[in-house]
Order: sequence, then C-alpha cells, then structure tokens
Amino acid sequence: MGHPVISFENVAYSYGGGELLSDMTLRLAPGSFHFLTGPSGAGKSTFLKLCYAELSPTAGHVTLFDREVRSLGRDDVAQMRRRIGVVHQDCQFLDHLPLAANVTLPLTVSQREIDNRDLGDLLAWVGLKHLADALPPSLSGGERQRAVLARAIIMDPEVILADEPTGNLDWEMSLRLLTLLVELNRMGKTIVVATHDMNLIRQAKAQIAARVLRISNRRLQLAGADL
Amino acid sequence: MRALLPQLLRRDRQSDRVVPRSGHTAWLTSFTAGAMTFLAVFALALSMAAGRMADRWSDALARTATVRISAPADQIEMQTRAVLDVLATTPGVESARALSDEEQRKLLEPWFGPDLPVDSLPLPRLVELTEDSTGYDADGLRQRLLAEAPGAVLDDHTRWRRPLAVAAGRLRLLGLVSILLIGGTMAGMITLAAHAALAANAQVIRVLRLVGARDSYIARAFVRRFTLRALAGSAVGALLGMIGVAILPSADTAGGFLTGLGFTGWGWLLPAVLPLLAAAVAFAATRFAAFSRLKELT
Repeated sequence: MGHPVISFENVAYSYGGGELLSDMTLRLAPGSFHFLTGPSGAGKSTFLKLCYAELSPTAGHVTLFDREVRSLGRDDVAQMRRRIGVVHQDCQFLDHLPLAANVTLPLTVSQREIDNRDLGDLLAWVGLKHLADALPPSLSGGERQRAVLARAIIMDPEVILADEPTGNLDWEMSLRLLTLLVELNRMGKTIVVATHDMNLIRQAKAQIAARVLRISNRRLQLAGADL
Repeated sequence: MRALLPQLLRRDRQSDRVVPRSGHTAWLTSFTAGAMTFLAVFALALSMAAGRMADRWSDALARTATVRISAPADQIEMQTRAVLDVLATTPGVESARALSDEEQRKLLEPWFGPDLPVDSLPLPRLVELTEDSTGYDADGLRQRLLAEAPGAVLDDHTRWRRPLAVAAGRLRLLGLVSILLIGGTMAGMITLAAHAALAANAQVIRVLRLVGARDSYIARAFVRRFTLRALAGSAVGALLGMIGVAILPSADTAGGFLTGLGFTGWGWLLPAVLPLLAAAVAFAATRFAAFSRLKELT
C-alpha cells in the first residue's frame, strides 16, 4: 500500500446536538476506489467534508497528503482543494458564467493558463462539448453532474470525492457517470463515492476492485460480503 | 501592502468575471462616494476659507493698532507730532506713521464712495502703529497720550479680533473634522454595501472556496470592484463640488467671509486628491469586510 492520501485516526465529529461520527480510523491508498454507504443522516456528507477540510474533526486526526488538517491555514486548505476534486449532488455553479468558464474555474482561481484544446477534450469526454457556451440554469440534472465532474478533474487532482453524484439521475445517466469515475480510477485517481445506490455499487464492483465502507451507529465499518 | 496596488490596478478579466455584477450595491457605492466627496469639497473650501481668515486676522492682531486724533484743525498737526514722538519712545512699538489723506479716503470709500472730499470734512487723523514681538503696555500708552495729546485715543481695535480669530481657527478645525466624519461615514456605508454584496454572493464564494480559491483572490474580486466604483463616483462628486465652489461669488467682488468660500491657487488641487482618498477608504473598508466575512466561511 502506498502512502495514504487521506487518513483518519480515531476521528470523531460532533455537532451541537451530539456526536455524529465516532472513532473512525481509515487510510485511503492512492489509486483506491471506495464507496461510502449508510442510511440518510448517518454522516456520509460530513465524512466527505472532513476529507476536504471543510470541517475539522472534534477529536482525532485527519491527515491530507501527510498534513494534519488542524495545522492548515486557510491558504493551505485552498491549496489542498486544488488536489481534491469534489462532486456534490446539488451541483453549484456560478450561474452567470457559461459552462466552459465554470469548468475552468479551478484553473482561473489558481491563475493557471487555460488550454482550449484540453478543455475541448475534457468537455467531449463528459459529453458536453456542444454545451460549452450554455449557462448552468439551462442544463439538465445529468448535464450538471457531468459538468461538475469535469470541473472537479480539470486540475488533475489526486483524489475525487463524490457525494451522492447519481442521486438526481436516471439509471442510464448514473451508469454513464460511473463509467467516467471508473476511467478516472484507472488513470490512478483515488475515488470516494458516497451513495446509497446498491445497484450502482454492484455495477462498479463488476468492473473494478472497489471497497465498500459503511457508516453505522456513528462508526465506520468495512462492508462487502452482504452486497 | 505594496504588492496590493499593482494587483488592484491590473485588470484580470477572469477574476473580474467570477463575481456577478450587482446593480444596487454598485449604485450605492458610487452614489455614496460621489455625494460624500461633493460634501467634502465644500467642507474643504470652508476649512480653507476659515484658515485664510484666521491667518489674516491673527496677522493683523500681531502687527497693528491705531491712534485716532480728534482735535481742532489748528491743533491737529501738533498733536499728531506729539503722538508720533510718544510712540517713538514707547517700548514695544516697532514703528508708527500717520495715514495720508489718500489712505484715509480709501478706508472710507466702501461707505461713502470714491468722491469723498476728505479735506473739507472734520475727520480725525489716524496714526498706525506696529507692535514688535514683545508688545506694548496699552494702559501706560493711553495715559501718556492723554498727557501729551489730549485729543488722541488709542484705538486698540485689533483686540476684539482675537476671539474672531479663535473662532475662525475653530471653524477651520470644524471643517477638517467634517471631512474626517464624511470619510468615516463613507467607509461605513461602503462596508455595509460590501457586506450586502458578499452576502448576496454567498454561493459564489462557496463555489470559489470549493475549487481552491484563496481568500485573497476572492477578496480582490470584490475590493477591486468597490474601489474603482468609489473612485469613479468620488471623481464625479469632486468635479461637481469644484464647479459648485467655482460659481460662488468671489471674495473680491463682495468681500465677505461667506462669499470668500473657495479655493485659491494650489488649493484647487486639493479636491482632486479627494477621489484618491475615497478610493483608499473604499479599498480598506471592502478589504476589511471581505476578510471578516470570508473568515466566517470554511
């Protein structure tokens, strides 16, 4: 196992009302593919937020690329997020900018050059090249999900975190998105997908060696045998 | 801080585009900066006019007094000589001289017109004295004049100007305080406008943070926009204020304090500095608001 890109050591997270996640220990190896399951409200989104330093653990240690999250300044967090692509279910865009500008936003904010040919290739890969000039409000749910995936990977991140990426998609579109995630994993990206869609997990396990984690009773468990 | 100015001035089309244009905060910022600068131009004009008046009166206070000699025509020359002799030997009096008929005519001209027959009027003779830095004993001088020239009266008229000079000084201070208050009010209003813009763009900021934007990048998009708006609004306000001051009646034609409200010489350059100050205020206020707001977000 290579050096972990993300590791949790006895991590707990509490909101005002009580402990949501408890005593979680995990090491995500580079190039691994993990599904994260659990009932609604179990803390899957919170787990992912801990993974990209939107939240800090209330106990234990989260390490991103060998750096303890609590030791990171705000600029360090911004730097880390350039190495982690995030795909949310509620895809948020800058609605006043066309799709192409939204997809290249990570390059813009890091003041890197935008290669239009690479952008064209990326949009073609996610099947959105013909919508480059469209504004986000005019896109369908599936198009938005693929656009947000394109935005998440344009910086060539080492890790991709997806929170219920297929929640609003039909089965055909879900499979299309899964195919893109599997391809990215084959390129060496570390993937974590939070989902409650067991069919999607079975479909993925047929293609790649994906591990399934389950959050149950605030704790992280390794699942798989029951799938 | 030195690196901020080039960043502020350098147009970055991409970063300018990430924050959508918001109509009401844009207008609020420009209007506030314009209106406040317009008022600041008048406060500055008031302050400078008061300053000139205070300087003039203070200068007059420090230098001169007048001896008025009222005597029968055949004695006036004799008493004038006696007064000049007394003044020549009075400690604290630097110099003394009798005003000529022409000078007296000029003094009376504003009230009686240019054709006043000074020779035929029983006017008192005026002797102007100039104090040295130590000053003279006014009571002692009065007693000596009484003894040597009974028709002579030391008109210590400059003494009543002292409270006026103090008042003028205070007026100048008031003008400067007004400019500071105007600047503070502008900073407050621009801060509120910046907070409103930041709140209205909460989703934009969330997305930018999510894709790895640093706080300085996000803040710069807002700061640059607000600073340039304030600069533009303030420039218009300064121009209108200067036009307003320029069309006031001049002091030369009317002679009063209020009509002397304006700029002279290099003073006309000062209102041109106000837009730069407004831009600096907007820069600091927006930067403070942006970083305060961003610290609340993860």
